[in-house]
Amino acid sequence: MNPPPLRDDTSKLRHDRPAERRETITTADEERLRRQLADTWYVPRGIIGWFSVADHKTIGRRYIITAFCFFIFAGILAGLMRLQLAVPNNHFIGPDLYNQIFTVHGTMMMFLFAVPVMEAMGIYLVPLMIGARNIAFPRLNAFSYYVYLFGGVMLVLTMLMNTAPDVGWFSYVPLAGPDHAPGKRADFWAQLITFTEVAALAVSVELVATIFKTRAPGMSLNRMPLFVWSMLVTAFMVIFAMPSIVTCSTFLLLDRLVGTHFYNPAEGGDALLWQHLFWFFGHPEVYIIFVPALGIVSSIISAFTWRPVFGYSAMVMSLVATGFIGFGLWVHHMFATGLPALGLEYFTAASIVIAIPSGIQIFCWIASIWRGRPRFHAPLLFVVGFVAIFVLGGLSGVTLASVPFDLQVHDSYYVVAHFHYVLLGGAVFPLIGGIYFWFPKITGRMMDDRMGKWNFWLLFIGFNVTFFPMHILGLDGMPRRVYTYPDNMGWNTLNLIASLGALLLVVGGAMFVYNVVRSYTWGTVASENPWGAETLEWSVSSPPPVYNFLHLPVVEGRCALWDRSADAPVVTGIRSDCREVLVTDVMDAEPICRVEYPEPSLWPFACAVVTSAFFVGSIFTPWALPISIVPLAITLIGWFWPKKADSDTRAEQPAGSMREARA
Amino acid sequence: MSDTRRTLDVSALPNYAFGNAGLVWWGTVGFMVIEGSMFVIGLVVYFYLRLQVRDWPPSLPNPDLRYGTANLMLVLISLVPAYLAKVAAEKYDLRGLRIWLATLVLFGIGNVVLRGFEYTALNCRWDDNAYGSIVWVLLSMHTIHIATDVADSIVLLVLMVTGPITKSRFVDVGENSLYWYFIVAWWIPIYAAIYWMPRWL
Repeated sequence: MNPPPLRDDTSKLRHDRPAERRETITTADEERLRRQLADTWYVPRGIIGWFSVADHKTIGRRYIITAFCFFIFAGILAGLMRLQLAVPNNHFIGPDLYNQIFTVHGTMMMFLFAVPVMEAMGIYLVPLMIGARNIAFPRLNAFSYYVYLFGGVMLVLTMLMNTAPDVGWFSYVPLAGPDHAPGKRADFWAQLITFTEVAALAVSVELVATIFKTRAPGMSLNRMPLFVWSMLVTAFMVIFAMPSIVTCSTFLLLDRLVGTHFYNPAEGGDALLWQHLFWFFGHPEVYIIFVPALGIVSSIISAFTWRPVFGYSAMVMSLVATGFIGFGLWVHHMFATGLPALGLEYFTAASIVIAIPSGIQIFCWIASIWRGRPRFHAPLLFVVGFVAIFVLGGLSGVTLASVPFDLQVHDSYYVVAHFHYVLLGGAVFPLIGGIYFWFPKITGRMMDDRMGKWNFWLLFIGFNVTFFPMHILGLDGMPRRVYTYPDNMGWNTLNLIASLGALLLVVGGAMFVYNVVRSYTWGTVASENPWGAETLEWSVSSPPPVYNFLHLPVVEGRCALWDRSADAPVVTGIRSDCREVLVTDVMDAEPICRVEYPEPSLWPFACAVVTSAFFVGSIFTPWALPISIVPLAITLIGWFWPKKADSDTRAEQPAGSMREARA
Repeated sequence: MSDTRRTLDVSALPNYAFGNAGLVWWGTVGFMVIEGSMFVIGLVVYFYLRLQVRDWPPSLPNPDLRYGTANLMLVLISLVPAYLAKVAAEKYDLRGLRIWLATLVLFGIGNVVLRGFEYTALNCRWDDNAYGSIVWVLLSMHTIHIATDVADSIVLLVLMVTGPITKSRFVDVGENSLYWYFIVAWWIPIYAAIYWMPRWL
């Protein structure tokens, strides 16, 4: 059992540096390279192939489509709620079903749509924007998708089987505890959280590693596109926020399943502990949704004003500041719980402070549009709509940061209005703008711009007609989460208006879906860079080839394409016969080494199946843990078992620059 | 058409890297930060629950120190084989690596066995009260980490015996030791919380 000795003298290699030279690269060379890269980075086909894919574009696309399916499902639930509330004393939906509907609506929008879709945009776009061939840890990426998918399917099934969670999207104890929520509804909620957080945490680690270590040479941190910065901040926020919710939802499950007493005051536990742990995650969560949207907005603004976004450093610092301050606000969700007043004042201050970085960014964008040459295509319209709606949502947020005011409107429709303004305005509008913007890159076809403008106005007007009256309803005392209301409260007209607005939103949403489907088939074929934008994803064909870049680029300025000189260098010497990628350093993106990414594999899928079976099983019995350990270990070992030939056992064939490849 | 163009030839760069130069380190550290955050939250909950009651532990005896302290000693000593395995990996010393990785595995198995006895020495059940719940959860969170890393080390050891031996496998052994340091480091505050806080608070 003697393994072969290592072949090359590593101590010598370690000191070798990349070499700048001039090489002759003929069209035939490029054609050969193109064919070889396409072979190496193939996306497997067939049913087994479908479950083995490890390409970030394929997984990213699946994530985006799946997230939008959940968005539609949760949107239909919202429509049902508006139908129910359109008139007083309505008995179209009963209280039990209504409780399930609003819980699943909120849970699905937050955990299965908003966070995953933003991470999905990162999965698809970040490697392309930084000049990489794939995301780091591609198998983990595939695993995260399946775990996310199975968790979402589980929630949909519970809804269809009338056993969906019914205790609100933040599942407060004691209502969600073993004494007041019999059955398995709250357990499904707790495990759904585990599913989605495992997926989100995995993606965040991938994104941090990808962004820090695989940027193209020359893309130092201060040249990184703002979208990539926003995904980096988001990934860090996920890494620090989500452990809190995983822990607290596991405690809830344990309280319900094996009789622990974390939230049971009678045995030394505490109900408010839940709120602290939940909101320590829950408040950063809204920034986890919102910060990527800021990146999307910056991308759209620079492309549609033909100028770099004004105030790059201020923008980056605002993003980072938002990331930090976002962790200091959680108690503002708990103003009504009777915590000490001095503590509350700190959280009031922090809640007002966070408006500063948001304000800085808004002013930078306005300055960019002002000084640029804006072209009001659909994506930019959505951005302008975002600014308008988000500023209103921000203003109602500042009012809510004041404790006396918050106590008056706590749990009322004013809060519902506020968070829909910030979430729909702050995230969904930029996201839809982003889809209009990157659709040509992802599919190779343009979306219809005229329909896009209609789409925008329908959604913009529909949104305001739906949600603005809710501010007034809240001030008039209408509580949230009631399945109906009496006739004589003075809420009838405003509720009817809100429901009519929802109808407009449905039409706008349907138009968006129609535009996507129609453009996918019949849209105008898109060129490499139909908008004349500046980031690297626009330098490759639409849709991008499986290997992303024929030659890895060398970046010469902050706007990679606009600053590129006529004689811009390209990277050579990366192997094309295996999935080799370039690793660079964190600050300056200097090349450090080459590593090989794994091949597509069925193991991550198998591992996700076992993990999901464990999560679902543990809703019913603690024995799920010992039972699933062995299959889990088998799938993990299969996943990480090395294949025969690693790039360094192939080391005797020189990796080769273009010259060597031809020889 | 042929033209000459500027290139940056990276073929001379090594195809592996230890530590934060490489990618594996970032994945390992990423998960260490996530799991570390969970430990922090576990400890915060421990002290939060302490504030809810008058006596700590509430109407239960203190945990016995014996097994927990023995385990503390054992994990601290196990840092030595973990460190030596990492050093051997960085020198591509296959023989040394096998010896020290095997030693680390033996230590890890010892930790897991002792951990079994620790559960009997807690003098509480998870469903006695909130104190029992958090003590059991803290201990179990750490046990899962120890058990996972022992299993991981065994797989690596098998690979290092059967081959194929590649440089990236040496990097994996280095990162495995790093992860072991992390587990050992976390045992110190968790041990202090479980075994000493009931006596001090």
